[in-house]
Amino acid sequence: MQAALSLSVKNLTKMFGNFTAVDNLTFDVEDGKFFSILGPSGCGKTTLLRMIAGFYQPDNGSVMIQNKDMKGIPPDKRPVNLVFQQLALFPMMNVYENIAFGLKRRGERGPEVKKKVNIMLERVGLPEYGSKKVTQLSGGQKQRVAIARCLVLEPEVLLLDEPLGALDAKLREHMKVELKKLQVKVGTTFVYITHDQSEAMVMSDYVAVMNSGHFEQLDTPQTLYNSPASSFVTQFVGENNKFSVNLVKDESNVFFAETKEGFRYHLSDSFNLQDSESFDMFVRPEAMIINPSRPKPNFNIINADVKAILFDGGNSRLLVTPEKSEEELIVALPQNRQFDYIQAKDSIKIGWDPDAAVYFKQADERIYKDEI
Amino acid sequence: MIRTLPSSKIYKAGFRLFIVIFLVFLFAPLIITMILAFNDSMFPSLPWKGFTLDWFFGKGPKIIGLFNDSFNLRGIATSFKVAVSVSLLSTMVGTLAAFLFEQENFRFKGALYFLMIAPLVIPGVILGISILLFTNSLSIFIEDTFGIYLKFLTPSFGLVVLGQFSFITTIVTMIISARLRKFDRTLEEAAANLGANRFQVIWFITLKYLRPSIIGGAAIAFLMSFENFNTTLFLVGSQSTLPINLYQQVRDGSTPVINAISFILIITTSIVAVATLNRGGSRKS
Amino acid sequence: MKSDRQPIRWSFFIFFIPVFLWLFLLIVLPHLELLRMSFLGSRTSTFTLNNYKAFFTEPIYWLTFVRTAMYSILVTFIVLVISLPVAFYITKISSFKLQGLLMVLILVPFWVSELIRVYGWMILLRESGVLNSFLVGIGIFKEPVEMLYNDVTMVMGLVYTSMLFMVVPIIGVMGNLDDSLIEAAHDLGAKKIVIWKEIIIPYCMPGIMSGSIIVFMLVLGSYLTPKLMGGKNALWFTEQIYNQIIVYFNWNQGSAFGFLLLLLSSLIIWIALKLTRQEFSKVVK
Ligand SMILES: Nc1ncnc2c1ncn2[C@@H]1O[C@H](COP(=O)(O)OP(=O)(O)OP(=O)(O)O)[C@@H](O)[C@H]1O
Ligand SMILES: [Mg+2]
Repeated sequence: MQAALSLSVKNLTKMFGNFTAVDNLTFDVEDGKFFSILGPSGCGKTTLLRMIAGFYQPDNGSVMIQNKDMKGIPPDKRPVNLVFQQLALFPMMNVYENIAFGLKRRGERGPEVKKKVNIMLERVGLPEYGSKKVTQLSGGQKQRVAIARCLVLEPEVLLLDEPLGALDAKLREHMKVELKKLQVKVGTTFVYITHDQSEAMVMSDYVAVMNSGHFEQLDTPQTLYNSPASSFVTQFVGENNKFSVNLVKDESNVFFAETKEGFRYHLSDSFNLQDSESFDMFVRPEAMIINPSRPKPNFNIINADVKAILFDGGNSRLLVTPEKSEEELIVALPQNRQFDYIQAKDSIKIGWDPDAAVYFKQADERIYKDEI
Repeated sequence: MIRTLPSSKIYKAGFRLFIVIFLVFLFAPLIITMILAFNDSMFPSLPWKGFTLDWFFGKGPKIIGLFNDSFNLRGIATSFKVAVSVSLLSTMVGTLAAFLFEQENFRFKGALYFLMIAPLVIPGVILGISILLFTNSLSIFIEDTFGIYLKFLTPSFGLVVLGQFSFITTIVTMIISARLRKFDRTLEEAAANLGANRFQVIWFITLKYLRPSIIGGAAIAFLMSFENFNTTLFLVGSQSTLPINLYQQVRDGSTPVINAISFILIITTSIVAVATLNRGGSRKS
Repeated sequence: MKSDRQPIRWSFFIFFIPVFLWLFLLIVLPHLELLRMSFLGSRTSTFTLNNYKAFFTEPIYWLTFVRTAMYSILVTFIVLVISLPVAFYITKISSFKLQGLLMVLILVPFWVSELIRVYGWMILLRESGVLNSFLVGIGIFKEPVEMLYNDVTMVMGLVYTSMLFMVVPIIGVMGNLDDSLIEAAHDLGAKKIVIWKEIIIPYCMPGIMSGSIIVFMLVLGSYLTPKLMGGKNALWFTEQIYNQIIVYFNWNQGSAFGFLLLLLSSLIIWIALKLTRQEFSKVVK
C-alpha cells in the first residue's frame, strides 16, 4: 500500500516582477516524514514555504494538503502552521497565552485548553514555564515555544523556516537532536527549511537541495551524500576536494583526467566517456587515503606536502598540496594514532579509488558558479 | 490585512477611501486659505472675483498688501528674532542636557529628569502665567530691597524668549538624547585612549555624531517658537509676535492679508519641514 | 572607568549648571510662585482659601472645568480612533514607495501654525464661508448656515490641530511591529478584530499612551481653537484663566485656576497610566 501524502506540490511558481523566486517545483511529502529543503540564502526557500502556508499566492501550480487543493484558501483555514524565521512569539503575552492563542481562536475554552497547553509544554520540555514572559526565555526555549504554539493545533503539516538560524552553534547542535526526537514523538509531518546542510542531514528523512528557485536533487541524506546528482549538490552537501580537469587519451586509447599541471588521474570504469570536455572531479576528504597500498590497478596515488594539520577531534584533517601544484586538498586524518608520525612539511602519499570520485561537466555548472 | 496577507477588495478599497478622506480633511483648510490669498475681494471668502497679487504687493489706498503692511511686517520681524534667540538658546542648553542625562550619573538624576520632561505635560498657558507671576514678584522684590528696576522682568521680548525657551528646550533635549543614546561610547573611549581629553572627545567625536539631531532640534525649536501662542500671550510687552497679531486680526474680522501671510508661512514651513524630514530620512537609510 | 576617578569633573558641572538653572528658575520657582499666589487674597495679600472656595461655589467655574476635562478626553479618544487606522495604513498596507510620500503629506500640515490652521477652518465654515457659498451655489442649502461657533465644530477643530501628536508616536511603534507577528496570529486562526485587540493594540500601547498624554495635554491647555471655533457662551477653562489674569487682573484667582488645571491634568494622566500599567518615563521616550 502506498503511504498517504501529507503534502503534494505541483508546478509551483512564484515571480516577483521579472524575477522567478520559485521555479516550477513539483514534489510530494509522505505522512509523518521529516522533509527538509536545503539551499543557500536567497534561493527561494521562504517564498516556497509561504506559498504552502498561504501567505503568497502562487503565479502557477498547485498545493495539495491531505489531497485537498488549497487554492484560494487563506492561511488560517489551512491545516498547516508556520514557525517563522524570526519566531514571531507575541511579546505582549506569556508562554501559556502564546500557546493557547490558536486554541482560543478556535473557540476552545476552559480546562480543555489548559490541559492541552500543559501537555504541549511538557512535550517540548518546558513544564512550569507557562507564566514566564517570552522575553525571559533563552533562544532555545523560545524556539520550543514557537513550535509548541503550532503543534498544539495538531496541524497536518508543520512548516519551519530556519528556526535554528538565530541560535548559537552549540545550542543548534543540541536543538537538532531535540527537534528530531520531537518530530518522531508527535509524528507530525515537518517541512523544514535550512541553509545548514548538517541540520538537514541529521534530522531529515528526505532532503531537497534547492538552488535558484528549483530543486537540484531530492533524496535521502545518505544518497545525497554518496551520489550527488549535480556539481552544486556535491559542493553544497558535505566537504569535497575539487579538481578541474580535461579528458585526454593516452597511447593505448585509455582516457585519463589531466590537470593543468599535467598530472594524470585514472577514471572510474563506470564513467561515461563520450565527450572530451573540461569537467570537475570531486573526491570526499574521507575517500582520500594517507600512504595507501595499491589495492587495485587504477587506484590514484599522488605525492603531496603536508601544509598543516587541522586537528578537530574525530573530524581532524590534513591540509596538503600535491607536488608542483598550488592547489589545496583536504584529507581526513583518522584519529586511531596510526598517523601520529605525520608532521607539517612532511611529504606523504595520498590516494583514492576512482570509483569514490564523482564527475560533472563544467559546462553544466555555469549558473551556480557565483553562489557558492 | 497587511501587504502579505490576502484581503478582500472591499477591505482594500475601503481603507484607501478612508485615507483619501483623511487627506482631504487635512489639506482642505490650508489649500482654501492659500487660494483665497489671490482673490480680488475685500473678504477672505467666495465668490471668486479674479486673480490679484494686491494682498501681497498692494500699496493702497483700497488694499494694503502684506509687504506694505508695517503692523504685520513688524510682527514677523519680532517673531523671527524671538525664534532665532529661542532656537539658539534651547539648542545649546538642550545639547548640554542630553549629555547630562545620557552620559553622567549623579544623585537625584531621576528627579531632575522628571523635572526636565515635566514641561511636556504642563499646559502652555500655565507655564506662561507662572513665569509672569514669578518674574513680576521677583522684580517687585528686587525693587523693594535694592531699589533697582529691572525692565526685562516685566512682559517684554526677553520674557517671551525665556518663556518659550522653558519648554522648547525639553523637546530639543529629547531629540538630541534619542540620538546620543544610540551613540557607541567605545568611540569616545578610543579617542580618549589616543590622548584626547574630555572636551576634545566631545568636540571632535560626539558632537560630529550628534550634528543631524542638533540641526533638526534647532529647526523644530525655530518653528515651535515662531508659531507659539499660548505661552507668549501672557509674556508679550509692546512688541507683539506674529501669532499674537494674527489672533487679534482673526478675532476682530479679517482681510485677505492674513491669507497672504498664511500663504507665505505654509510654503516656507512646508519647505523647512520637507527638508528636515528628508535629512531625517536619508540619515536612516 | 577612568573618568569616575578624576578628582573634579568639570564636564559634569558644565552640563549640570545651565540645565539646573533652566529647570530651577523657569520651571520650579514659577510654579511654586503660582501655588503661593493662589493662596493669597487679591486685596489683602494674606493667606486665604477663598480663591479655591470661589471655584467650588461658583457653578460657572467648575462646570467649565468639568466640561473642559470631558471634551479633552473625548477629543483624545476620537484622535486615537482616527490615528490607529491611519498609522496602520501607512506602516502596514501602503506600498513602500507610497509610504514615504504619505508620511511627508501627513506631517507637513502640522508644522503650520495652529492659528493658521484654525483660520483655514474659519473661512471654510463660517456663514459667509467657502463651504456655505459652495453648498448654496449647488443648491443643497437654501441659505447659508453658521457652521462655526458650536461644540461639534470645536471638537473637530481640536481633533484636527492635535492629530499629529498621536499619529507620529503610533507610527513609531507600529513600524517596529514585525509583520510576522500579524501573520503568525492569522496563521493560528485569529480574525482581524482579535489581531487588533490582542496583538496590534497591546504592542502599540506605549505609542498610544504617549500620544494620548500629549494630545490630552494640548487639548486641555489649548486656547485658540476653543476661543475661535467654539460657542460664544460656552467657555474653555483656559479662557477662564485668561479672563481672571488679563481682563479682571485678579492674579490670585487666576493662579488658583491654573493650579487646579495642572492638578487635573496630572491626575488624569496618572489614572490613565495606572489603568494601562505604563510608566511615565518610558512613555515619554
Ligand atoms: N516580496 C518580495 N519582493 C521581491 N523580491 C522578493 C520578495 N521576497 C523575496 N524576494 C526575492 O526572492 C528571492 C528568494 O527569497 P526568499 O526569502 O525565499 O529566500 P530564502 O531562500 O528564504 O533566503 P534566506 O535563507 O536568506 O531566508 C530573493 O532573491 C529575494 O530577494
Ligand atoms: Mg528565508
